[in-house]
Order: sequence, then structure tokens, then C-alpha cells
Amino acid sequence: MAAAASMVASSSFTFPSQGLRLPTRSHPCMKAQRRILRKDASNVIAATYELKPPPYPLNALEPHMSQETLEYHWGKHHRTYVKNLNKQVLGTDLEGLSLEDIISVTYNRGDILPAFNSAAQAWNHDFFWESMRPGGGGKPSGDLLDLIKRDFGSFERFTEEFKSAAATQFGSGWAWLAYKANRLGVENAVNPWSSENDKKLVIVKSPNAVNPLVWDYFPLLTIDVWEHAYYIDFQNRRADYISVFMEKLVSWETVNARLEKAKARAAEREMEEERRKKEEEWKPTDGDEDDEGLEMYVDSDDDSEAE
Amino acid sequence: MAVRSLATRKTLTLGLNSTRLTQSRALQTFSLPDLPYDYGALEPAISGEIMQLHHQKHHQTYITNYNKALEQLHEAIQKGDSSTVVKLQSAIKFNGGGHINHSIFWNNLSPIREGGGEPPKGSLGWAIDTNFGSLETLIQKISAEGAAVQGSGWVWLGLDKELKKLVVETTANQDPLVTKGAHVVPLLGIDVWEHAYYLQYKNARPDYLKNIWKVINWNYASGVYEKESA
Repeated sequence: MAAAASMVASSSFTFPSQGLRLPTRSHPCMKAQRRILRKDASNVIAATYELKPPPYPLNALEPHMSQETLEYHWGKHHRTYVKNLNKQVLGTDLEGLSLEDIISVTYNRGDILPAFNSAAQAWNHDFFWESMRPGGGGKPSGDLLDLIKRDFGSFERFTEEFKSAAATQFGSGWAWLAYKANRLGVENAVNPWSSENDKKLVIVKSPNAVNPLVWDYFPLLTIDVWEHAYYIDFQNRRADYISVFMEKLVSWETVNARLEKAKARAAEREMEEERRKKEEEWKPTDGDEDDEGLEMYVDSDDDSEAE
Repeated sequence: MAVRSLATRKTLTLGLNSTRLTQSRALQTFSLPDLPYDYGALEPAISGEIMQLHHQKHHQTYITNYNKALEQLHEAIQKGDSSTVVKLQSAIKFNGGGHINHSIFWNNLSPIREGGGEPPKGSLGWAIDTNFGSLETLIQKISAEGAAVQGSGWVWLGLDKELKKLVVETTANQDPLVTKGAHVVPLLGIDVWEHAYYLQYKNARPDYLKNIWKVINWNYASGVYEKESA
């Protein structure tokens, strides 16, 4: 079950687990559900995506977000995205991929394929529930607050910008706080921020199901501004919903934890980049004189001879 | 609070041509057109609560923001500020489109006792049968395409004046039907933004689309069709 194990590992690395539950081979009723995905020898059990509940009871965000809203938003909308995702993935090449990989593949540089909406919305909603908590709101602290001050001037300026992005996302969509990693070329999509914003916090808004994963950003916080997110509680008053979200619902603890992972991943990538650059430099060319050169490099790489 | 005082039937006024002079510039501003029926008159297909919010809040907001954008555009044009002129295009499309679309929408609806839901007769009825086979087929198609719109948008029955045929189209957000073709005229539009149905139908957009046909005003669509195909 190595393939299955690695799927779980990769999906839980940096993003909220989408509830990938793989049946164990030994469970009797699972034997009947086993499906062979690939023509190669490995028997991989078809994984279905599950609807994960929010990390709090459906009434826990009252009075700021009603139980009724959660019942529909999570119980109907989110559930339908997951159901459709499973339907759309079954029997296709997408089967067995992690949710993030499905999002990446089906975004298709903006020419989105059908399963994108379901996959991205399934991911977005998991991320959204986890961005909130009962008794949330207030201010962040520590490193997160420092970075916010560095990149936005002040927490108040950040809040203004975030609220404005959420309010001006026309039609359906999302507003995000994200960590922009140090990458210039983003293959999958047009990168909305220039490289001046590398390794910085940025605010972005996105339409419909699009999320910052397609730009290879690391999302830290989101607010759903589809009308279904606020219509029961606020009707047309999106601005009020956004204010309440900021003041009473945001889970800065979760945002903090995500930031730590973002920084760790950025550091890893930097090391990987360095390593790759060095490998490029040290690649032997055709000329023979380089043998000596190669030896020199090898010598200097030896710690015991370090100067 | 105020039920729209429409004890007397009002004639259809689109409100698109109301003129008001602001300051010394002859800048036309727009105002919210009256509904030709009470808010509650479309029940149970569409609730009075929805109609009131939809009209007094959503449509009004598009108009307010449209007027604001137009004034800013006017200034920018006079100053020769091209960058601002271009920057305002999306606000004009969003809000102007919202005003256009909703103005059409109110006319596309009618209380049952005033003819809402009655199938189209005359030339539009013929054209529908010719283009789609039957009214039922057309209704299925519009409902299916409306249900399939991702996010916010509209589903339309339009007349392509160039090709001389009826078409079913969808537009995203508040894009007016003309964005699908300069010669395409809207006969009937159905708003599938969530605000158009959420308080009553919640996530069940297909149910909204099934029920709205009971209050669709085919008379209006016929009138436009006859005028535009003359």
C-alpha cells in the first residue's frame, strides 16, 4: 500500500487534509470496492474524497454566522461539490490524484476542465471552515503580525485592504491572504503579482472557484464571498458580513500555523534551488582539462579541507 | 414596511431614459424603474421578500454605482485622463450591465393573473417551434443552461438579428447579452445569481428555474421579438 500511503502523506503536508480516507486491504467490505486504476501491477484502491466537517459544531459560530447558514453552506453546497468531484473523477486519469494535483491539472492554465470547479471548491471550503473559529477575530501576534506590519504598513491597513478585496470581488469568488513564494516562472497560470512581492504576504481576490494554488502561492486565510456564504445572515450586505468575519470569526492561530508551513516550504525550495544551481555549475563539460578542475571542486567540498 | 404602492397599474417604464441634469453638465443619470406589479405578486414562484431585496437593494446599488462610474468617466474624458477612462471600464460593465439586465428582467416577469406563464403566441411562438421544436424543449434547454452556470450570471433567450434565429446563451456576472454578439437582442433573461433565489430556494437553483416559468411574461418577449424582427 505504498502508493496509498504516499498519497496521504503528500496531501497532508501543507494543506488542510481533505479527508482522504483509504480503506485498508484487510477490511472485508472493502474488498468488493477495490478498483484497479492503472494497468501496471500495483493494485491501488480508488480513493474517494470525503466531506470533512468543520472543526466546530454547526452552531458554534452563532450569532456571527448562523447554524442555518452552516447547514446549507456546509451541508448542501460543500457536500455537493465533494459528491460531484467523486463523480467526475471516477474512471478518469484524475482518479488517485491528491486534491491539490487535481486542481493543478484541471486548472489547465485558465482553460479550466470540468472537474476544476468541484475540486477547487471542495478544497476552498475545507480551507474556509478552518480559517474560522468560535470566539475568533481580534488581532494576530508574533511573527505573523510582524510580517503583516512589514508588508502592509499596519494591521489596520491590512484589514482595510483585505476587506476591500472581499467587497470588490464582483460576482462570486474569494478573497485571500497568501504567502508568495520565491518563484518567478509560474507554469500553470498568469501570476497576478510581480516578483517584487516574492516571499511576502499578499492579498488577492479570485473569481468563482479559482484559488491561489494555481499561482503557486501559499494560502493563509480566505473569506468566501459567494452570495450563498452570507445571504441568509446578511442578505445583500456583504460589507457587514466581511466586517463580522474579520472582527469575530478569523482564526489567527490557524493562519499562524499555515504561515509557519509556508516559510518552511519556501526555505526548502530555496535549498533545493541552491542545490540545483550548484549541480548545474559542477556538471562536467567535454574538455579534458576539466578533470583537474573537477577534482579541485571535489577537494574543496570536502569539509576536512575547508578553508 | 412599504409594499410598493401599486394599487394602480403602472405602465412599463424602463427608467433607462430618465434624465436629470447634474451640476452644469448634461450628464444623464439613471434611476430605479418601478416594478409593474407588487413585490408579492409573483408568489409562490418568487417570494415578495426576494423581489423587494432584489429590486430595492441589488438593482438600486447597481444604479448608484453606475451613476458614480459614469460621473467619474465624464470627468476623466474631459480631462483627457485615459488611464482613468480605461480603469473605469470594468465598473461600468459591472454596474451598467446590472442595470440593463435587471431592467429587462422585471419586464420578463408577470403575475399569473396578468398573463404570467401563458405560452407565447403569434410569431414568437412559431419561431420557438421552428428553432427548438417546441416550447417545452426550449424551456428545458434554458433551465439546463441556467443551472449549469458556474458562479453568477444570466441565461438568455435572444434573437440573433443577423442570423435571423433564436439563440439560448449564458453570460457571466452582469455581462449583458450584447457581449455575446453585437446583433443579439435579449427577449428573455433569467437571473441566476444566488441573490435571485437564495432566501427561498437556497442551493436548489434547478427548483427556482422550474418554478419561474409560471411567472414568465411571454407577452413582453413577443413584443420585443416582433419589433426586432420587423
